[in-house]
Amino acid sequence: MTVSIQLEVNGKPVQATVEPRRLLVHFLREDLGLTGANIGCETSLCGACTVLVDGDAVKSCTMLAAQADGASVTTIEGLARNGDLHPLQEGFWEKHGLQCGYCTPGMILSANYLLAQNPSPSDEEIREGLKGNICRCTGYHNIVEAVKYAAERMS
Amino acid sequence: MARVLGTSIKRREDPALITGRGKYTDDLQAAGMAHAAIVRSPYAHARIRGIDTSAAEALPGVLAVLTARDVAAAGIPGVVPVGWLLPDLKTPAHPMIAADTVRHVGDAVAVVVAEDRYLARDAAERVAVDYEPLDAVADVVAALEDGAPAVHEEAPGNVAFDWEIGDSESVDAAFASAANTVELDLRNNRLIPHAIEPRAVLASFDSSTGEMTIHMTSQNPHVHRLLMTLASLGMPEHKVRIVAPEVGGGFGSKIHHYADEAIVGLCSMKLDRPVKWAATRTETNLTDAHGRDHSTHCALALDADGRITGLRVDTAAAMGAYLSTFAPAVPTYLYGTLMSGQYDIPAIHCHVTGVFTHTAPVDAYRGAGRPEATYVVERLMHLAGEATGLGPVEVRRRNFVPADAFPYQTQVALAYDSGNYGPAMDRALEMIGYDDLRTEQASRRGNGGGKLIGIGFSSYIEACGLAPSAVVGSLGAQAGQWESADVRVHPTASVTVYTGSSSHGQGHETTFSQIVADKLGIAPEAVEVIHGDTDLVQFGMGTYGSRSAAVGGSAIVKSVEKIIEKGKKIAAHLLEASAEDLEFEDGSFRVAGSPDRALALGDVALQAYLAHNYPDDLEPGLSATSFYDPANFTYPFGTHVCVVEVDTETGSIDLLRYAAVDDVGNVINPMIVDGQLHGGLAQGIGQALWENAVYDDSGQLVSGSLMDYAVPKIHNLIPFELDRTTTPCPHNPLGVKGVGEAGAIASPAAVVNAVVDALAPFGISHIDMPLTPEKVWRAVNG
Repeated sequence: MTVSIQLEVNGKPVQATVEPRRLLVHFLREDLGLTGANIGCETSLCGACTVLVDGDAVKSCTMLAAQADGASVTTIEGLARNGDLHPLQEGFWEKHGLQCGYCTPGMILSANYLLAQNPSPSDEEIREGLKGNICRCTGYHNIVEAVKYAAERMS
Repeated sequence: MARVLGTSIKRREDPALITGRGKYTDDLQAAGMAHAAIVRSPYAHARIRGIDTSAAEALPGVLAVLTARDVAAAGIPGVVPVGWLLPDLKTPAHPMIAADTVRHVGDAVAVVVAEDRYLARDAAERVAVDYEPLDAVADVVAALEDGAPAVHEEAPGNVAFDWEIGDSESVDAAFASAANTVELDLRNNRLIPHAIEPRAVLASFDSSTGEMTIHMTSQNPHVHRLLMTLASLGMPEHKVRIVAPEVGGGFGSKIHHYADEAIVGLCSMKLDRPVKWAATRTETNLTDAHGRDHSTHCALALDADGRITGLRVDTAAAMGAYLSTFAPAVPTYLYGTLMSGQYDIPAIHCHVTGVFTHTAPVDAYRGAGRPEATYVVERLMHLAGEATGLGPVEVRRRNFVPADAFPYQTQVALAYDSGNYGPAMDRALEMIGYDDLRTEQASRRGNGGGKLIGIGFSSYIEACGLAPSAVVGSLGAQAGQWESADVRVHPTASVTVYTGSSSHGQGHETTFSQIVADKLGIAPEAVEVIHGDTDLVQFGMGTYGSRSAAVGGSAIVKSVEKIIEKGKKIAAHLLEASAEDLEFEDGSFRVAGSPDRALALGDVALQAYLAHNYPDDLEPGLSATSFYDPANFTYPFGTHVCVVEVDTETGSIDLLRYAAVDDVGNVINPMIVDGQLHGGLAQGIGQALWENAVYDDSGQLVSGSLMDYAVPKIHNLIPFELDRTTTPCPHNPLGVKGVGEAGAIASPAAVVNAVVDALAPFGISHIDMPLTPEKVWRAVNG
């Protein structure tokens, strides 16, 4: 059994036929070749698979592709515009907010959601806002700095 | 040209990773690729009566279901070997796929290959295994008790090895005449590494060439190829290429050779097509080698002046169900040898029993033996400060190896090449505002409130860059401990470095380019760094044990030095001078004393490849390969101070401050070095406060997912306050020492000492990690 879905991914229309049980993260990674969203736990806890669905930060390992029918999805691949890095991407690079990089796409998209809600968060609000994303490399110290850098750039 | 060593250059690795273009193993697709799912034992210990694969095989799209019978039929060695041998070590076989007995939850019993990832999982659930459950033992102490279920018949009493170092008689004498003694029973909690990328492999066998390419999550592709070909698949080494693409963290867990990667290789050979497997989080937690898991009794003897006269340590160290790659070395040569810490201790004895348990194997995890040793020594030093009345600072100072005593020969084999421990302590006290904190602590205690503060210290020593090869070989290593570097200067004077140090998040490409740029006087952008591919790099030992800069970086320097020497001969010929008269500085070869007679590196490099106007006795080309085998370990050190607030009514702990002063020798890229410290601190603080791999009495891993295993999250941690002292390593050309593990080594003791310090009014001298609110509350409330 399959279902047909229509959605927008990184600003482009996408039509597909998927198994009803197909996870959004597998649809993005394997069917569309957008491998930026990573799978770290498949229980919604690590956040490596975070993408934006209609502007909300969503863990794509626990959402079905079928549920994204009609939605607008943004992945890390869709964040840079016309070759210019998004301020969050710049911030993570500038402030050494990543090491192995596996959590980074999800971390950046969660931070993107945070800054959309709260354009100038305090350190504490950044730590509260990103607690759904696990990084095992950085100890988070520079992730806070990276988000502050981006917030300043975007204000 | 501006100096590039010691500069925080932004990482060249990052643009791919922040845009989602970096390719990790599970991102890779190959034409005709099939997917594997591994069927695992749900029991910690059971006999396999039979396996019925027919229902799985009947599912459309299923390509193969393999069991131990197929491994045997393939005529391959089919085992997972141990790479470090101790005297009288019991080495029971670890089959790739369990044949008649499973020995831990997660032991592989079959593998299903199907056209699709989902289908492979569906089929795996249809493999019916008839188990006869047997008694199991998961706890390291219980496994040593009389009548405990045996993990292996070959290992009576579940003892894998019995090892000691030091002199027990002199320690007994020290205790007999001691003015003060302190002792402690402690557990060093079992940890699950949790690299955020689960292990994965894509194996592509091609029967037309007999070649296999394996992309996998590896910290050391050449070591994996050696073990994979020799012990598991029985393929010729030169027919196997292992590539580590982007690797999403390792922390030790991707050093080891596991059954799963070999199983997927066998599947590809059987089907003659690419096969991919990516572990789920629970799978990787059940099968990655875990860390720590010690039960220890330890004691310290001191004289009337508070000087240490003896240290006695007795440890039972879990090995798990099978001996993982470097497992026997971790609680022995990476643990017992660190027991002198930063201190001048005249008598030390450490006895370790390696213990089989019905659990996942235990092997190197960030720090590997050294965090466990530091925890023993630094917890005892805290108690010694209390017992002598000297307090934590003075008791440490009084016992530091003096700055003028280096090189210092410890009583446990290691010879510290350099050190200067006092200034790191001084700086840490200054950063934290020690006297003010003690004043506040006293005032809070006097107020009788429920929120007490505590200050904890950890003055640690680390031994990085395991070396030299001949010595580690005499201790049982089945591998060398050198590193290789092939540096090639191209005709246009840009450079490609082929290093055996394979990065998995540390930023080797950036750091190594800085080394070459500095030594050759060129821009870092003119240096490419290649790693992680056995076809491109001839051999390498990989990245672990904080060795990459000290060993891998030094190998690069050696090659660059050879290139400069050869360049001098070419330049001398072109300048009609003697090679002995030439100097190389800032990218130019110059005749000493005649600054106008000079040639740029590019002029020399071009002529090296043209060889038109060239010395008769010199081969063309400008490249050099080095295999650098260090003379000794390196010995980073430092003092960390943690400040906590403990709520005695709820048992909860708030981190207030964390200051770390580390001496890692010369620093190549301060930004990267600080990042390594941050990450290590998070893991060490995680061990102290939250992380715990829990098996129940039947051997079920209770904390198998991130629902139950508390990896530190961003709101749990605080900003870290870092500073450095610099005591260069005297025996390598960069003066660097290594930094990857320092944070994880030092911090557990600093945190626990802080909590115990806060709770001193309650007479509490110890709580085992992790210091959960429940444990703290129970300790406070009797």
